[in-house]
Amino acid sequence: MTVPAALAVLPVVGPMLAAGGTLLLRFHVRAQRVLALAVVAAVVADAAVLLAAADSGGPTVAHLGGWPPPIGITLVADRLAALLLLTSAVVTLAVLGYAVGQGVVDERTGGNSMIFHACYLTLVAGVALAYLTADLFNLFVAFEIMLVSSYVLITLDTTAQRVQAGMTYVIVSLTSSLLFLTVLAMVYAATGTVSLAGLAATVPGLPPALRAALGLLVLVVFGIKAAVVPLHFWLPDSYPTAPAPITAVLAALLTKVGVYAIVRTHTLVFPHDGTWPLLLCAAVATLLVGALGALAQEDLNRVLSFLLVSHIGFMLFGLSLFTVVGLAGVILYMVHHIVVQATLFLASGLVTRYAGTSLPRRTGGLATVVPVVAALFAVPALSLSGVPPLSGFVAKLALLQAGSQAGAASGPDAGAYRAGVYVAVAAMLVTSLLTLYVMARVWVIAFWRRPRPARPDPDPEDSLEVGTATVSRPMVAATAGLVAAGLVFPGLAGPLSGLATRAAADLLTPSAYEHAVLRDQPGRPTDGHGAAGRLAPSTRRTTGNSDPAGNGGTAGNGGTP
Amino acid sequence: MTPPPNHAVLNLTSVVVVAGLYSAGTFLLLQRGLLRILVGIVLLGHATNLLLLLVGGRSGRPAMSGSVPPDQMSDPLPQGMALTSIVITFALTTFLLTLAYRAWTLLGNTEVRDDVEDHRITALEERLEAQAGFHFFPHPSLPHPHAPRLHRADRDGHRPHQQPAPDNAGRDADDAGPDNAGADEPASDGAGTDESGSGSSGDGRPGGDQG
Repeated sequence: MTVPAALAVLPVVGPMLAAGGTLLLRFHVRAQRVLALAVVAAVVADAAVLLAAADSGGPTVAHLGGWPPPIGITLVADRLAALLLLTSAVVTLAVLGYAVGQGVVDERTGGNSMIFHACYLTLVAGVALAYLTADLFNLFVAFEIMLVSSYVLITLDTTAQRVQAGMTYVIVSLTSSLLFLTVLAMVYAATGTVSLAGLAATVPGLPPALRAALGLLVLVVFGIKAAVVPLHFWLPDSYPTAPAPITAVLAALLTKVGVYAIVRTHTLVFPHDGTWPLLLCAAVATLLVGALGALAQEDLNRVLSFLLVSHIGFMLFGLSLFTVVGLAGVILYMVHHIVVQATLFLASGLVTRYAGTSLPRRTGGLATVVPVVAALFAVPALSLSGVPPLSGFVAKLALLQAGSQAGAASGPDAGAYRAGVYVAVAAMLVTSLLTLYVMARVWVIAFWRRPRPARPDPDPEDSLEVGTATVSRPMVAATAGLVAAGLVFPGLAGPLSGLATRAAADLLTPSAYEHAVLRDQPGRPTDGHGAAGRLAPSTRRTTGNSDPAGNGGTAGNGGTP
Repeated sequence: MTPPPNHAVLNLTSVVVVAGLYSAGTFLLLQRGLLRILVGIVLLGHATNLLLLLVGGRSGRPAMSGSVPPDQMSDPLPQGMALTSIVITFALTTFLLTLAYRAWTLLGNTEVRDDVEDHRITALEERLEAQAGFHFFPHPSLPHPHAPRLHRADRDGHRPHQQPAPDNAGRDADDAGPDNAGADEPASDGAGTDESGSGSSGDGRPGGDQG
């Protein structure tokens, strides 16, 4: 099945145009909402079509402006990009529904912002561009679109606290963006291209030291965005201050886009032969630091932020193995985590609205007051901890299997690797247990106590109104919808893991990606340095789609001509 | 593999300028005032833009097609990238400026705040030291190793919203009322200890309800 290339452009261009439309409609809030919801729903449908097309007939490729790949802008919707795009679009749709419901409530008190929808839509466009883009510079532009939207969203309705939180966030993100630009300049200087397909062909020919330096710089850049320990410090201080829907979408998507960028660049451009010890260590540190940090927190949103950091470690672990099974686990975990993390922050927003505080010890027993919210929080909390049969269990099981397989592998210096992998597996189990403990404690303290009488708004100065009247039905419905989406995941675990395995096999076979990008280009490049990029793209990896059994990462050095 | 010939020329002066800009930018980025950080980011932005131009090859050649043969042209791609990044850094500089102005009007200063955890740890340590009657650190006359620099707003007694001030804790315990009266230990006026107190009461609660 092939679909028109325009479908690969729609997830980026549609929300962008709609963002302009909402600015024109800025005095018609209802029209803004309808437009935004319609466009994001269209992106969901489009992403589903792209995923079906990518799985059955190969990637959908769009060359913008008719320029050939190394120069022009190329969008590629392969299995991984389409799957993550679909997941992200579903989450953004639900969060937008929640935000609309919250906006309807806040209208009565006058708290509504004209530019929220525009920023939200540009954020959606930026996320889509980051998934779909096929060159490193466009990835930078996508990150900037995303981040600039998030800067505005985080500092919307400015309070002193949000300004302080926003400062840290903006400065850290800007620093990482400038580092990204530096890497881009160096990569271009070394290879003469920024197209991912071109880099996949040229970078293996660079001297090993230069290649390692560039790879590490790229890892640092995306590690800041993905909140990899020790580059995570900004996240728990900045996300929790924003309103619930904004925190939910930022926490669910931005860090995962960072992980996606690490996965894409480090499988396609800087591949590793077998386990990468550095990433394995970072994964273990991220797992434990995040979980132990969450243990020490009182505020619900800060607990969730530290757990977010912690669970990035799961994805890093799967990537560090560089096997098909490991990468399939990463993909499953990303899908699971995008949905569950957004659900948790939305449920936390409901708690804050009902109780007037996000400190669990002050909420009193909410379970008897609003049992729905207690259930809506409990399901994703259990899922995050990996309790069967929820989605977290499926994803964690995939990663643990990958770990045990990699641990059992034999090789020249297998002993140290095996020990490292088993340490990481143990860290994952400990982290799951700590997550369960933290979540159970938060739930019991916040929900399962004697209900206390309604208390006055603790901080009348801020924009947050407190009480049962401040929660509208769409907000609960959107949260429930995301919980249901999380429940669909284990039901579809078989097909999904099959899809993830095929996507992982694609990732470890960069020649497929290169062929897809360069296949139907309008013309061969004629500039002086284009020829270097065309060297034997098909000989780099020997593992094809027919071999998803886990030894895909063992043939990474065939690229030198 | 040899690098593409167009990129073989590096101008030493430009390299020194780029290195200087990077160092000065990094130094300014590590300061506390938002305006210094802003200047640091501007310098770093200039450094990266210059670096992008630098990797485009020999300067002084035209980048437009049609004027000279292609092999005498300068590489237009880095110039396009530099242009894009100039626009982006410019926009973000203005955003940071407005943020600094807003911080000035709301907070009375433009300093980047301390880490929230640092505040909590320092507060906890001070309480524990007050209870234990001795200092955990051998030379109390020396500056406290974990003591963060306080903002002007903090010195006036305002503290960030999330962070439990010591004088808050007593009220919390009162608020809890009969709920966790049994679990409230005398030492529960700290952030961590208070939480564990509520936690144990929460643990006990379900059993109490059922029994």
